Amino acid sequence: MIKQKSMKIAIASGKGGTGKTTLSVNLASYIADYEEVVLVDLDVEEPNSGLFIKAEPGHSENIYKRIPEWNASKCTHCGICQKVCNFHAVLRLGPSVLVFPELCHSCFACSELCPADALPMVQRKTGILNNNSIGDLHFVEGRLDVGEEQAVPLISSTKKYTEKKYGHLPVTVFDSPPGTSCSVMEAVKGVDFVILVTEPTPFGLHDLKLAAETMRELKLPFGVVINRDGSENHDVVSYCESEKIPVLAKIANNRRIAELYSSGNLVYRKVPEFRAALVGILDHCLKTVDGGVE
Amino acid sequence: MKEIVVISGKGGTGKTSVTASFAVLGQKEIVVADCDVDAPDMHLLLQPDCGYTEDFYSGELAGIDQSTCIRCGECKNVCRFDAIEVLNGRYLIDKLSCEGCGYCARICPAHAITNKERLAGEWFISGIRTGSTMVHARLGIGSGNSGKLVAKVKNEAREIALEEHKQYVLVDGSPGVGCPVVSSVSGAGFVVLVTEPSVSGLHDLKRVYELVKKFNIKAGCIVNKADINPEITAEIVQYLDNEGIEHIIDLPYDEEFINSIRKAQTIAESDNVLLKALLTEAWERIKHLVNN
Repeated sequence: MIKQKSMKIAIASGKGGTGKTTLSVNLASYIADYEEVVLVDLDVEEPNSGLFIKAEPGHSENIYKRIPEWNASKCTHCGICQKVCNFHAVLRLGPSVLVFPELCHSCFACSELCPADALPMVQRKTGILNNNSIGDLHFVEGRLDVGEEQAVPLISSTKKYTEKKYGHLPVTVFDSPPGTSCSVMEAVKGVDFVILVTEPTPFGLHDLKLAAETMRELKLPFGVVINRDGSENHDVVSYCESEKIPVLAKIANNRRIAELYSSGNLVYRKVPEFRAALVGILDHCLKTVDGGVE
Repeated sequence: MKEIVVISGKGGTGKTSVTASFAVLGQKEIVVADCDVDAPDMHLLLQPDCGYTEDFYSGELAGIDQSTCIRCGECKNVCRFDAIEVLNGRYLIDKLSCEGCGYCARICPAHAITNKERLAGEWFISGIRTGSTMVHARLGIGSGNSGKLVAKVKNEAREIALEEHKQYVLVDGSPGVGCPVVSSVSGAGFVVLVTEPSVSGLHDLKRVYELVKKFNIKAGCIVNKADINPEITAEIVQYLDNEGIEHIIDLPYDEEFINSIRKAQTIAESDNVLLKALLTEAWERIKHLVNN
């Protein structure tokens, strides 16, 4: 079915709760019926994809970020560390130096510019990575520790792990966080195609515009999936037409889908229309990314 | 003055629709703050007039002066964010990757790099049709300082509430558990959690409440679309009971949520008698919980 060397698809949305995770888990599971695929949950603040992948627990590891640690015996109290930190994460207070790990961006400036080597970089846990498999479907998720504020380093580590272990697979599907902030940018960086999931409401349209602007800024090819369709509202379709954004599928508003989702079940195996939408979406991705359709 | 923050963990649970209804029910006793700065939507319901607008600068951005640059590559060596690209021998800053740490500027032997303040978004003080005030903002694309913009919006709303002797600041928070949420919740007097009965809704509720607990703030929960999965609704109610979270109210699955958004009005202003009554009851309960 897929002849690509490897295709990386990110599923994103401006607005939360539009069906990003539903599409991600169903698309990846559908592909796995034919090909080996890896699904990666990068919505590390609230990772939900795993609730739909009924695999046995597999590999699990801690993910760290690097922060400086003050070595009192080497410190000469010159104050350079505080001066070079743009994030106010290092503070010289009387005879000691304080480090605020939540504020640190791991730029290494204080550590490497310290003339006395008194601030070596050490590891600090920010979350965990889980990895398991069921048949041809491999699953990786990053899970931010509650209380940690920066999602970007964990998203970056999760992507690196995935690339190393599964980079050779024909398809990678990334479930991205919602919004347009730095976390989203990190999640979609380097992918071949982005699917923006929206709903036909003014909220959906407003946030779709923000997401589309972001993808254009990043120069990434993207298309739109309209979820919970069926209303008289055609604003999203008109917007996509005027902006020449391809609409990959419209998924009708269906209480059955909402119920299946709410209990953690896959939709495409029970709702034929949903399966048909997946076929169309995948076909479009393949055509866009290299023309590798058989 | 009390600060009430509405959050959800998961997106799409109806948080903004519920908050905007409270804004209408609260009339002049509240100042509204939309702290979902990453994808703000409440203005679509409350139509603020954006009477006052201010640019929001936060963080820095490096820039390389090509005429001074000696192309030594030191900047690229120290950058941990892959923010320096080489194009035809020229060293260029990738604006979207640069975190503004300033390391490159400090070590550039030719002093060719300067760090400038970065425009990260804008924020507004608006009048709304309830006769009250709304503070809101818009984060720039890909900006990493959403937590700081949230803090800015909240502080402005607080100051206005104090000056004008308002009883409440009502905050619409963002989804997730990361920096904008931490910023939304810090300093709050009461947290309203809006959830839905799905495996994801419950999972995300538990994570976001873990965060609320760290701040030691009293919380209540609204279960939206409660009839869509009665089993999980029962599980949620059990969880609320175990954790000592007030179960404020259950709302039924209702197309009114979508219809009201389309009409650019709040549910509190709609003809839906049942939802209006439930939301009014919820708002009264929240006020009671906040004040006792």
